[in-house]
Amino acid sequence: MNATAQSSADDVKATIKSFVVRSINFSNFGDDDDLFETGLVNSLFAVQLTTFIEKKFGIEISADDLDIRNFRSLSATTDFVLRKRAELAA
Amino acid sequence: MGISRVAVLGAGNIGVGVVTDLVLHGISAVVVDVSADVLARAEGEIQKNIRYAPMLSKSLPKLTRQEAAQRMTLTTNLTEVAECDFVIENVTEDWSVKRSLYQELDRILPADICCGANTSCISITQIASVTQRAPNIVGIHLMNPVHLKPTVEVIRGFHTSDRAIDVLLSLFAQLNKESIVVEDMPGFVSNRISHLFMNEAAFVLQDQVATAEQIDAIFKKCFGHTMGPLETADLIGLDTVVRSLDVLYESYQDPKYRCCPLMRKLVHAGYLGRKVGRGFYVYPEV
Repeated sequence: MNATAQSSADDVKATIKSFVVRSINFSNFGDDDDLFETGLVNSLFAVQLTTFIEKKFGIEISADDLDIRNFRSLSATTDFVLRKRAELAA
Repeated sequence: MGISRVAVLGAGNIGVGVVTDLVLHGISAVVVDVSADVLARAEGEIQKNIRYAPMLSKSLPKLTRQEAAQRMTLTTNLTEVAECDFVIENVTEDWSVKRSLYQELDRILPADICCGANTSCISITQIASVTQRAPNIVGIHLMNPVHLKPTVEVIRGFHTSDRAIDVLLSLFAQLNKESIVVEDMPGFVSNRISHLFMNEAAFVLQDQVATAEQIDAIFKKCFGHTMGPLETADLIGLDTVVRSLDVLYESYQDPKYRCCPLMRKLVHAGYLGRKVGRGFYVYPEV
């Protein structure tokens, strides 16, 4: 990953993390922690997170994208956004 | 033959969940509300629930917007429920509203149609007392999010017949829900106990024993609950919780159900919980 791409990835992750922290009033979690398994968030949050991603990053999430594995952790969600952005740019 | 067409009266939070569940399981819903605006909002929420349902539960199907739309009729005209196989009533927790609705239903529905009264705290026997079909009135207490909850509390009123219970249980079996049948007293099992938790949590906050986050964290991390009592109150809606506490207080004449002044104050201030973005917590705009 070049420096510009890394910076973009960091920005995406920071934006998502900020939303998660504001939503759950808790910031002590790792990038790869499974937010659902740890009980930090519930199903209601999955809907809020995907709605936020669609609006914030201008991404259209398809029925096939709506797989909880895409949103389990900060890293997974960031990877998903970057992948969808790359698809849009292609 | 199973139930194929259900009337859903009241398109608030629970009504939306009920319609979502019916549509996902191939049952047609006739959704009635007094407000066209509420119906329009409900339709959007139902479609949103249906879109996300397969992500949240592997057992729920993927439906297109068109498929979902074909399975529901939204109307402000109560007479459109006349040809339904069953009625699920979810109108506001206000006795005068429920009383006049059930009296109207008696004029519209065939005599053998059963009604499931979805209420937080009002006695099923009291509801049945204003109808001409007391054996056909059975209580339901569904919880949010309805389409993701595998179990439901079913309440047998004083005059509820075995047939009405059987019809309701067969409907819930179609929805893959287990039913727990209990007897009728205001608040039944769930809300008679849960509202004490939520109310006392508000008192603890009011007395500055702990912050809202600490109170909820103790329930989640120590008791293993999915949500804490204050988060739960915010999700239900503080206005609904206050109304239910008032019903419990009036029904039992027991001071243990007195509503926490802080919670009532938040309601008067317009902080009704998650649905308005602010209650015990502030929710970020999505």
